Amino acid sequence: MTTLLEVSGVSVTFDGFRAINNLSIAIGEPELRAVIGPNGAGKTTFMDIVTGKTRPDEGKVLWGEKSIDLVRMSESQIAKAGIGRKFQKPTVFEDQSVRANLSMALKNKRGPFSVLAWKATEADNARIVALADEVGLTERLEHRAGDLSHGQKQWLEIGMLLAQDPRLLLVDEPAAGMTPAEREHTTDLLKRAAKTRAVVVIEHDMEFIRRLDCRVTVLHEGSVLAEGSLNHVTKNQQVIDVYLGR
Amino acid sequence: MTIMTSPETITPRRSFLRDNPSVLWFMGLLGLFTLIVTLLSEGMGMGVISTNLVKILGMTLCLCLIAIAMDVVWGYCGILSLGHFAFFGLGGYAIGMWLMYARTEIVIRDSLGRGAIPPTEREVSEGVASQIFGVVGSSELPLIWSFAGSLPAQLALVVLVPGVLALVFGWLAFRSRVTGVYLSILTQAMTLALSLYLFQNDTGLRGNNGLSGLQNIPGALEVPQAVISVWFFWASALALGLGYLLFAWVVSGKFGSVIRAIRDNEARVRFLGYNVEGYKLFVFTLTAVVAGIAGALYYPQAGIINPAEIAPIASIYLAVWVAIGGRGRLYGAVIGAAFVSLLSSWLTGGGAPNVDLGLFRIVWTDWWLVLLGLGFVAVTLFFPKGIGGLFDYLVRKQP
Repeated sequence: MTTLLEVSGVSVTFDGFRAINNLSIAIGEPELRAVIGPNGAGKTTFMDIVTGKTRPDEGKVLWGEKSIDLVRMSESQIAKAGIGRKFQKPTVFEDQSVRANLSMALKNKRGPFSVLAWKATEADNARIVALADEVGLTERLEHRAGDLSHGQKQWLEIGMLLAQDPRLLLVDEPAAGMTPAEREHTTDLLKRAAKTRAVVVIEHDMEFIRRLDCRVTVLHEGSVLAEGSLNHVTKNQQVIDVYLGR
Repeated sequence: MTIMTSPETITPRRSFLRDNPSVLWFMGLLGLFTLIVTLLSEGMGMGVISTNLVKILGMTLCLCLIAIAMDVVWGYCGILSLGHFAFFGLGGYAIGMWLMYARTEIVIRDSLGRGAIPPTEREVSEGVASQIFGVVGSSELPLIWSFAGSLPAQLALVVLVPGVLALVFGWLAFRSRVTGVYLSILTQAMTLALSLYLFQNDTGLRGNNGLSGLQNIPGALEVPQAVISVWFFWASALALGLGYLLFAWVVSGKFGSVIRAIRDNEARVRFLGYNVEGYKLFVFTLTAVVAGIAGALYYPQAGIINPAEIAPIASIYLAVWVAIGGRGRLYGAVIGAAFVSLLSSWLTGGGAPNVDLGLFRIVWTDWWLVLLGLGFVAVTLFFPKGIGGLFDYLVRKQP
């Protein structure tokens, strides 16, 4: 396992509030990592920084073998470099079909002119069907994404993530609002994805984390409080005080 | 029978036209309309439709063309540009310069040629300049008229001037991530600034006099207006047809998917790896160019262009047409532009009878704007899909 993403010494302040405070995290490839922590611990801000949505005040976010600094890149450049993100609230393009949603996410050229000339090849269609199959939406390919259930939207978004074929997936609360059966399916999806790539999951649900069975990072007040297996961190007295004890 | 298609799905391995039957319908209806107008026109047919009405219909087709451009930039891509009429006007000015220059040149050569010695080029050019610019107290040809004598050059400017302005303006605005109502205000400011600038007498475009006599086509000065009006009607119909085809193709595929996605959630599109600003710039510029072409066909039919044409209100009307016709569907924009602009010229042209209510009279020339405003509010509140939305019911009833 080699280091794919290295966040080091990152801090960011919003209106005097220090959301991220000298945060350092390293993610390997392949790896499945869960990030937990109380509200306001900086979990989502961490993803915002990695994906270029928020610029840190200081620190570095190094990516890949060449250690490129992501801080200086735009959102779309970072996405093209191989980082995919799923938001807390499912954000799919509701007006368009499941197929169109997946098709947009497919790993193809992204420039306006190449997209204008784009025609789905045999391979593209096969990939779309395979992705739909993977996330259990084969039957709904031609349906409006807006007509899907909440859980199905979450899956569609995960499918879109996989379609981008990213090296790192950042997944923010994938199981929120899901039924137990849907949660199980989601766990399987993420575990399968993590066999070949790096997957970082933010979650509140400890049962879900337990099922992921992976290394856990606990954030608190913008920095890492503890890191290790779930059993290890849940025994940590500080973690119990600030997070689990509540 | 389906009139409209579902443009929201990209179905693999199907032809563009089979996927978009509305394009075939539109082309058929446009062709039929062109044929009927030609057969009934004064210049070429039975003379039922007056030359003036042929011109109004031809101009309406040009307005439909800019309306579909507006629909693509607003209805599909979500950029509420309130400045597209500036591009329309610039296209008109570009072609108007050639029309005015070339016609004046013919007149000047004619009058100078009567003398004993043939005129020098310098004399001709000075004559043209004082003829055109005498009205603003100048007799020198401004620099921007350097190519006015060349039709190919001015035709190129029809595309280039709106295109480059849109490119530069769009690049500055989108790069700074100006969106929503702020962008609308910025585009209003652009068209207002341009209009105020052109009102100045020393800008080289004859200030508030504008360019006139554009209905006379150099090289065809002997041809009666009745015939020329049909030519321009044909050209407008052709341009609308091609523009419709172009935009229907642009919005049908994955590109259409991406710009609709930008409209609905541009941040999410960025995280998919698309350069949102590039797409917006592309759409903004392409539609500006089409608006310029529409303007270049409109003003020779109108006969005159002046800076009032690109006042901010014109671009707002454009948005109203598209909203009333139905955003996000090209034929909706056509219906809206045709319906509202024809209704407007009927009501304000004195064609409609005034209504006597006893206490006061509704004089349509005054009350038209009130009617339009109420109509706009009603559509926004009760029929957000506009007139075009009615087709959805038709399709649903006949599966």
